[in-house]
Amino acid sequence: MNVRRAFVATWVASLAGAAVLSAQQVTWDRLQHPEKEPQNWLSYSQNLFNQRFSPLTQITPANAKNLELQWVWQSKSLEKFEATALVVDGVLYTLQGPPAQGVYEVVALDGATGRPFWTVEYRPALEARPCCGRVSRGLAILGDTLYMGTIDAHLVAIDAKTGKILWDHTVEKVGDKAIEKYAITHAPVVIKDKIVVGIAGGDLGVRGFICAFDAKTGKELWRTYTIPAKGEPGNETWSGDSWKTGGAGVWNSGAYDAETNLVFFGTGNPAPDWDGRERLGDNLYSDSVLALDADTGKLKWHYQFTPHDEVDYDSTQVPVLADIQWQGKPRKVMLWANRNGLAYVLDRTTGEFLIGKPYVKVTWMDGFDPKGRPIRIPGQVPTLEGSLIRPHVLGATNWAPPSFSARTGLFYVAGWENSGTIAVEGKFPGAAGIPNGTPMGQATLTPNYKKEEEGFGFIRALDPHGLTRKWEYKMNDITWAGVMTTASDVLFGGGKEGYLLALDARNGDLLWKIALGGQINAGPMTYAVNGKQYVTVAAGSSLFAFATR
Amino acid sequence: MHAYKLRLLAIALALTGTGAALVAQHNTAQDIDDGGRVYRNTCANCHGPDGNEVAGIDLGRSVFKRAKTDQDLVQIIRSGVPGTGMPASDMPVAQAEQIVAYLRSVAASKRSATASGDVDRGNGLFHGKGACATCHRVDGVGARLGPDLSEIGRLRRAIELETSLVDPGKEILYTNRMYKVVTKDGVTVTGHLLNLDSFTVQMLDTKEQLRSFEKANLRDYGIVDVSPMPSYKEKLNAQELADVVSYLVSLKGKVTP
Repeated sequence: MNVRRAFVATWVASLAGAAVLSAQQVTWDRLQHPEKEPQNWLSYSQNLFNQRFSPLTQITPANAKNLELQWVWQSKSLEKFEATALVVDGVLYTLQGPPAQGVYEVVALDGATGRPFWTVEYRPALEARPCCGRVSRGLAILGDTLYMGTIDAHLVAIDAKTGKILWDHTVEKVGDKAIEKYAITHAPVVIKDKIVVGIAGGDLGVRGFICAFDAKTGKELWRTYTIPAKGEPGNETWSGDSWKTGGAGVWNSGAYDAETNLVFFGTGNPAPDWDGRERLGDNLYSDSVLALDADTGKLKWHYQFTPHDEVDYDSTQVPVLADIQWQGKPRKVMLWANRNGLAYVLDRTTGEFLIGKPYVKVTWMDGFDPKGRPIRIPGQVPTLEGSLIRPHVLGATNWAPPSFSARTGLFYVAGWENSGTIAVEGKFPGAAGIPNGTPMGQATLTPNYKKEEEGFGFIRALDPHGLTRKWEYKMNDITWAGVMTTASDVLFGGGKEGYLLALDARNGDLLWKIALGGQINAGPMTYAVNGKQYVTVAAGSSLFAFATR
Repeated sequence: MHAYKLRLLAIALALTGTGAALVAQHNTAQDIDDGGRVYRNTCANCHGPDGNEVAGIDLGRSVFKRAKTDQDLVQIIRSGVPGTGMPASDMPVAQAEQIVAYLRSVAASKRSATASGDVDRGNGLFHGKGACATCHRVDGVGARLGPDLSEIGRLRRAIELETSLVDPGKEILYTNRMYKVVTKDGVTVTGHLLNLDSFTVQMLDTKEQLRSFEKANLRDYGIVDVSPMPSYKEKLNAQELADVVSYLVSLKGKVTP
């Protein structure tokens, strides 16, 4: 009894300071200045500019060969593991998408040992049918709360300390119909006291939108459709009622520029994908980047990468913002390597087109008009017999996040060259019995039989000035893995072959590699605990962590 | 704790009728425990933790509409009752029997005498004189060190809540255990145990930080067997206890936006 009283007394005394618990909360200020805490990785792409650049320097080109496995976390789900983890003060948060009829797993792991603090499961509605994978690309954090978008279009808030689900908001109802399957697959974006998400389902006839929620309560604050309604500017770019089910979904994270208070999101393809006859016109704002006022959702500017797309060139790549010297003057730009095979530099304040150029072989367009509209090559459209169009349906890159290093000044893109592929009117080439050569990523390794001239994967370093290629690292198979760079000029990437790669960010030299036994379909990230730098990546259905010995 | 469960079982066996004993006599304290867990997860949503939230039925007092024997109960649990809200389930017979064993044990135990409490006064005591929120959290308010009580009224019976208030150490769920480590440089850290393995331990410490320790780096470590919660037997009078219990019983979880 005495022992107990003593313990209770100590306990109560220790609680005196416990009421003030906000010291380690992830404030908006912290999210805006991740450079002040290089040990952490607080948002999907490390910073709000989506540069996937870490200030950490312990792993260098000289010692990367000493990287070795520290721990592994295995998910129960065999879906593609696409999430980039977050790390806050030694605690790693990640999630894995649910198998059919199964649950999401959200975990808090010790960054040093990989051991779990807590796991929480979330069961999406059985009616959820995302078109292209039961995946999640990541979580967001603000304060002590994690935010998750789900394949049944819910936004879920989770207590980061305990894993308790705080609220579960239905963003859009997923019904019993085969179409209009709304979903959220990307990491939410935190802006001030709001959580911003976009809705996927562009291949299933939704009308896409981007919306913001009160971070505390989950109350919806604004919603902006990616396709203008009747009477709104841009609606005239859709014939008939095609705008109502025109797609333009959003399925990757956005970027935020505090100076202009603009949030940027890329939009997906118009629907139906491979047949434009039912939706004549440019189909705004499909395949575009939208710059929205973060407080109101009001559209400030847009740029459409692929007007009237018939090849499924979703523009849902992560927007990358950078401050660079442009023609001798400082300029605030947006860098974009698009699924349509073209790389772009835009002025992010005005949306002005500065330069665009193919970074792979492109056969559907040749040059731009003065306003940056691509000039199409006649006849390069899907036909009943099939047409050779480059890039192919899956694009030159897809959703995998790129990186920008202010140290090297280079923009790093993972993608592939894919000759010999065909677009078929109204159909996905695979469904028409035509081998498309670049299958979607799976969790497991798959055989690859291609010769280099039939397609290969790469990581390419582009100089934003002129969009010239500085170096490339080739892979036999394609890649769905993102890239990440560090302040010690190490680049981490990977691919469908299952190798995690460390390259010299200055010249592309291979520094180290390891086969992880499953496809890498996520972006690598890095953090430090107790002064030790770790690199993690998801491969197959597991998360791997490495550090130098 | 083990003796307590055995005593419950003995009472349950002694008080169950002949028909009931057909099932109950083969059940152990572990079965009753497991049955309680399944009941709380599967049945309590509609029937309530005390089993009396469906009109005409009071599971905790063996008041049923249709069932006469334990076999009847097992049958109803598995087949449901057509035309009512009671659904069929694919639950194995053995598990349904555990639920029945649990219900019989509940019928044999006493009920809380504190149903007469006032929810609003209880709320005031919880956040005021009782200082319960120093450790517990309700709908996002309060600390995270003790169990979150936002839904406790859905999970626990009034008598169990009353017992926890006056004798907090009587039963501590595994998931609510405390752990203490002493680092090699003499720093003591105590927290809510989250995970334990051969080499490491994870906890939520008293400053609500998630902490992980490698045992090789510790001078001392172990589970704290006593509850950090003070007894409210002397701190609150009978009416105040009743008020707090009533408040806790009213906590059924928050409706999401």
